[in-house]
Amino acid sequence: MPVNEQRRMLGGRARPGLSNNSAKRLANGLGWFSVGLGLAELLAPETIASISGVSKRRTGLIRLYGLRELAAGIAIFSQKNPREAMWSRVAGDALDLASLGAAATSPDAKVGRVAFATANVLAVTALDVICAMQLTNGTNRGIHAQGTCIVNSTPEEVYQFWRNFENLPRFMRHVDSVEELGDGRSHWKVKGPAGMEVEWDAKIVADVPNEVITWRTLENSDVDHAGAVRFERATGGRGTIVKVNIEYMPVGGVIGATVAKLFGEEPEQQLDDDLRRFKQVLEVGEVVVSDATLLGTGYMEQRPGQPAGADELESAEILPSETATNYRSEGGTVQR
Amino acid sequence: MRANCWYGKTSLSVEEVPDPQILNQRDAIVKISSTAICGSDLHLYNGFIPTMQRGDILGHEFMGEVVEVGREVTNLKIGDRVVVPFPIACGNCFFCKEQMFSLCENSNPNAWMAEKIFGHAGAGLFGYSHLTGGFAGGQAEYARVPFADVGPIKVPDHLSDEQVLFLSDIFPTGYMGAEMCDIQPGDTIAIWGCGPVGQFSIRSAFLLGAERVIAIDQVPERLQMAEQGGAETINYEEQNVYEALMEMTGGRGPDACIDDVGMEAHGPAGIFAYDRVKQAMMLETDRPHALREAIMCCRNGGTISVIGVYGGFIDKFPIGSVMQRSLTIKTGQAHVQRYMRPLLEMIENGDIDPTFVITHRMSLEDAPRAYDMFKNKEDNCIKVVLKPDWKENGNGAAKDDSYTVIH
Repeated sequence: MPVNEQRRMLGGRARPGLSNNSAKRLANGLGWFSVGLGLAELLAPETIASISGVSKRRTGLIRLYGLRELAAGIAIFSQKNPREAMWSRVAGDALDLASLGAAATSPDAKVGRVAFATANVLAVTALDVICAMQLTNGTNRGIHAQGTCIVNSTPEEVYQFWRNFENLPRFMRHVDSVEELGDGRSHWKVKGPAGMEVEWDAKIVADVPNEVITWRTLENSDVDHAGAVRFERATGGRGTIVKVNIEYMPVGGVIGATVAKLFGEEPEQQLDDDLRRFKQVLEVGEVVVSDATLLGTGYMEQRPGQPAGADELESAEILPSETATNYRSEGGTVQR
Repeated sequence: MRANCWYGKTSLSVEEVPDPQILNQRDAIVKISSTAICGSDLHLYNGFIPTMQRGDILGHEFMGEVVEVGREVTNLKIGDRVVVPFPIACGNCFFCKEQMFSLCENSNPNAWMAEKIFGHAGAGLFGYSHLTGGFAGGQAEYARVPFADVGPIKVPDHLSDEQVLFLSDIFPTGYMGAEMCDIQPGDTIAIWGCGPVGQFSIRSAFLLGAERVIAIDQVPERLQMAEQGGAETINYEEQNVYEALMEMTGGRGPDACIDDVGMEAHGPAGIFAYDRVKQAMMLETDRPHALREAIMCCRNGGTISVIGVYGGFIDKFPIGSVMQRSLTIKTGQAHVQRYMRPLLEMIENGDIDPTFVITHRMSLEDAPRAYDMFKNKEDNCIKVVLKPDWKENGNGAAKDDSYTVIH
């Protein structure tokens, strides 16, 4: 299939996101924001410290961050496609958030102001992530999905679970395994149709404990993929709101076609299903299956609401959860 | 095992199917001793519930003996005698913690289907289409019971199957219908529908302190059973319901009205034909005659309790009457797990004997005939209990002596 044709197909299914031009415009805006904030941090660190409620003793660090902001802003203006610069902004946001988190615990911090500053940085982080993902995507013809769920656990617990990427296959239906390689890198194996397997390496771009994790594939991977997950404490202690953005950029060849098949049909539905399983794993300990959904929850995958026979169970692709291992380890026999 | 499978509108077949197995850690397998046909099963039988698939096992009112438990089920052991609630609930999610078990967020793997129709999904249910999860039902010899550590309730040996079986659905459902009326001393409660759930609403309304209960139906033996429960009755084929209720309440109307009918309401010829035609043309999915009438009859500031099952969309809903007259509408699938223990205590105390509602006892093998009888109200059929081991017991009469009637 010609690449253009693939792109058309994928683009047609994709959820409308930023056009590439508007992503660049947004990048420019964020570049000016970087320059402005960088100058302010460099020239008036005391004012910045006061606004964000941070101790005045931190002005040296704030000046350093100012330099970083300036560099990021200049990088954005100097590149035709400022994707690298945008991803470095995301990494910078993570640093800012971590610093604010540390500052909040300092005895002379003004907690209200730190919280206000954190909220602002989080908002900018979200913009940065969207912009960087769109620019990485390049043509804006990729598969984009966003989804959300609410889980009855604290942001700390939910973050911890997600941050261990080896947990992802427990609820991401197409992901066979993720191996942590250390240093924020991970190796992914994804099941394709007809026994195809696609593999890639990814790295964590931003990691703010209990708030946000973003990752993307390494340069020169067969697949161009990026993801972001944010954790927000729900009101009234009602758990954690989880918001996920996923991008798969089309690549050529067999692997591209495989990924397109996997995620091209209804990426949002698939992400929703993954998040439902995520919630089940966290809240009840495993993915819940019914007789009808042994093969999957899609319309075409439904089997009758009656028990499966031993041979059907053996060949069934039971969803990746403890269920499958437990079922198989017990040999599927019923003692009565 | 043998199981009652759905094959299309009014097409059922009792067949040999594979035995259920433990699929999740918190499952139990129950060997079913008694199972019943619910009025809401008729909505499936009549083809009004979407997302049914050929081969689906029906049934959501069942009880029996635990024969296998998953690793995480620590409160039940093999040999326990349990009644299983019809909603499947995890016990961990926001709604389970709030005791709203029929809204469990984790028990319906097909939640996306329900979301498309309802906006949000409710709990998984046994044997009730794929949009409530696609779980095999309990009109079978065995059933897999997910979240067995939350739902099933152990029942004492001195109570018969028939005394406790209806804790699975119709007793808690009828009870919740009455409880939603927030009954105050002196209240008059009007109840549309004298099927099994309506019968339990009548008795529950009295248990909750109602002074008068007025029951509405057109089937003589059902009205008679309502009268035996202490209700005054209105036969809508003989009397205009609105006029009769106004006359009985001095023109004010009943304090609360319970819709124990749901989506397949019958009514006076004209309005029934109107809704039946609209339903057939897919202009509405449900026939809301009872609900409309309940709203128009209810007193100002009163409560409408909707416990009869609706599945889709209705036409000519009198929202003006609801708003202008400060009515409150409460509704929901019964949160059965919330009611099982207190209602079991009522049965043990002799406050109520649920066996009164049973008119027929049959073999599981006779399920298709039983559905047909129940649908057409043949032989004064009100409630059918099916037993997988019926043949072994010879004919049914023998089993009737096994329970103690409490007066």
